Amino acid sequence: MIKTDALIIGAGPTGLFTAHQLKLIGLNCEIVDNLDKIGGQCIELYPDKPIYDIPAIPECTGEELTNNLLEQLKPFNIKFHLGERVDELKKDNEKWKVKTSKGTEFETPNVIIAGGVGSFEPRKFSPKECEQFENKTILYSIKDKKIFDGKTVSIFGGGDSALDWALELSKISKVNLIHRRDEFRAAQATVDKVKELSNAGKINLITNYQLKTVIGNGKLEEIEIENDNKETKKIKTDFALGFFGLIMQLGPIANWGLNLNKKTVEVDTEKFETNQKGIYAVGDICNYPGKLRLILSGFHEGALAARACFKLARPNEKYRFEFTTSSKTIKNRLGVKSD
Amino acid sequence: MAKITYIENNGTSHTVDVAEGLTVMEGAVQNNIPGIDADCGGGMACATCHVYVKDEWFDKINKKSEGEDDMIDQAYEPKKSSRLSCQIQVSPEIDGLEVHLPEKQI
Repeated sequence: MIKTDALIIGAGPTGLFTAHQLKLIGLNCEIVDNLDKIGGQCIELYPDKPIYDIPAIPECTGEELTNNLLEQLKPFNIKFHLGERVDELKKDNEKWKVKTSKGTEFETPNVIIAGGVGSFEPRKFSPKECEQFENKTILYSIKDKKIFDGKTVSIFGGGDSALDWALELSKISKVNLIHRRDEFRAAQATVDKVKELSNAGKINLITNYQLKTVIGNGKLEEIEIENDNKETKKIKTDFALGFFGLIMQLGPIANWGLNLNKKTVEVDTEKFETNQKGIYAVGDICNYPGKLRLILSGFHEGALAARACFKLARPNEKYRFEFTTSSKTIKNRLGVKSD
Repeated sequence: MAKITYIENNGTSHTVDVAEGLTVMEGAVQNNIPGIDADCGGGMACATCHVYVKDEWFDKINKKSEGEDDMIDQAYEPKKSSRLSCQIQVSPEIDGLEVHLPEKQI
């Protein structure tokens, strides 16, 4: 059981800056994120796209913004729990007990949800029949490639994950690579390599087709694919792998008794607290009259939520507002010399 | 101003006036039309404002943006007629446009 003054859910820009604000005012915190890397939507959706509306930064990419925020957090030792989704949140006396998908447990008076538009999950095949084979012979990620040795593997998708795995598995398996159009969004060098292997007969490349259904009794036997003209093909296969990118799901947050408005959480604009005491929501996931879905709004919301956390984490102390330019205490925390 | 008709997957149809300069996605969100999530807010960074545009309109609306097809790859049940509604500009020329919404966005 990890005890902390505040637990932040979400390692996107808002979560990172909120951590900074908590540490500045002398509170400790830890961060959990379902993704296996830091940066949230900035890293997952637009690492290379320039952002033009961060105050005092005329232009930066999602990746640069994330790196700058991490740089700003350097004076502090913050523990990240990546690749873990917060599944349970329960009130226990005045504290919140939190449990992640990997079983990590926290006890904290403050939980700050900086979860963007929810947690990223792989997009799955749409035919319902696929569910019975899920996690067995229909997969959306690969943990151990040995299971494909000598088998027929049908890979769907046109991005880097699909093509990289097609190349990798073509060494040990019979690979069908199926994509809904002729163009691929993977790196050009990868696309060239796939086409080369396709010409050499080492990868069976099928474009303009999508999965229609799967056939199998107990275990996956065949896939049926279809093109835009409704022409179909049946292919025998041992495995079907889907790499269609990630989608955002609100996930377990929906079960925590919070006031929801579509996919957002209602908060006040003083503490950014939800209807549950000690649970805050900041950034894209929160909603209040006039809410703007900008990164800069998330920074402001996180700064105020951090101050609200102080009261519950240090009930016997009084929070005193200080500037970073003049406060000796803050400079000590930052590890910089004071004048 | 253009009249845009959004047809839900269950057949429910919504016709609204959308101001010139907005996108078809913004027209849906501002009029609370269900079925267009627009998680990323119009940044072409997700595929949750996905719509189908039938042939007769497909060539009349503005062409796909660079990278739009890459996002459509990640949409729910993409088809040849798929577009991201945040990339369809509203102008008087597309008055009467009909877009069909997929069964779901995520």
